[in-house]
Amino acid sequence: MSTALLVAGAFLASAVEMVEALTIVLGVGLVRGWRSPLIGVAAATVVLVALVVSLGPALSVIPITTLRLVVGALLLAFGLQWLRKAILRSSGYTPLHDEDEVFRREREHAAAAGDEQRAGLDWYAFTVSFKGVLLEGLEVVFIVISFGSAQGRLGLAAAGAAAALVLVVVAGVLARGPLARVPENTIKFMVGLLLTSFGCFWGAEGAGVDWPGDELALLGVLAFLGVLSFALVRALRRQRLNALPAGAGA
Amino acid sequence: MRYVGAFGRFWWNFVVGDDWRVAAGLAVALGLTYVCTHRSLDAWWLLPLAVALLLADSLRRATRHAA
Repeated sequence: MSTALLVAGAFLASAVEMVEALTIVLGVGLVRGWRSPLIGVAAATVVLVALVVSLGPALSVIPITTLRLVVGALLLAFGLQWLRKAILRSSGYTPLHDEDEVFRREREHAAAAGDEQRAGLDWYAFTVSFKGVLLEGLEVVFIVISFGSAQGRLGLAAAGAAAALVLVVVAGVLARGPLARVPENTIKFMVGLLLTSFGCFWGAEGAGVDWPGDELALLGVLAFLGVLSFALVRALRRQRLNALPAGAGA
Repeated sequence: MRYVGAFGRFWWNFVVGDDWRVAAGLAVALGLTYVCTHRSLDAWWLLPLAVALLLADSLRRATRHAA
């Protein structure tokens, strides 16, 4: 059961980050040609795979209790960031991430950038694609490594993330545009809940807790945090609407 | 030196994010859980409760001025 949640978490986190990376690469590639951006994507992918391949097995030498304590703490800090942002967006306090707007901005910047050539590459197109994929991918690598190492299922977590990558690339090629209809905040909400729940579960186990019901407790934590998060969204929405001048919230 | 600072800022933003109080609260909650369990107290509830309180408090502070 926890393995299924683990794969789902890696898949969803990878999907949502890759949608953002795809928008950047498409914005640059459609304006400046595809060779340099694709080399940038390939170079970043090599770096990310190297991180998973080198760090993943290296973590297996750390005692599992220590590993779960550290991974749990990091997942909690990381997951709560995702959850907090998703709740602020769902309740209307922060605008939703607009993939079409990001795409438009990337195209404008790509058109206005200079034409510097380095190592036979359009340097702007290469560096923007490389950085975009690397920065979005680092979060995925962190999740894959932490999920995989704490559960001893690095291969499965990596497979979940890779499946999402393939799906997003295929969808992007078919759509030839940003995947603006992907319910990004809903996915981020779910990933935030999963990361925080796994963080709670493993962090407490690493600190010496014996969960009642063993692995079933993970579902209990997930349900508790899910109900709490939805209650917070409702309360914040109400608070925001109450603060608006009469008639402005209609 | 500039790169070291940028590297540090990147990891701070990556792990700690917008609200350092949440990260600090989590560290305290994990420490308390560790102490309780090593004194034979059943403290499985402590971390979920701490997470709930920290999240609600962080959101309250984030929306206080906007409201």
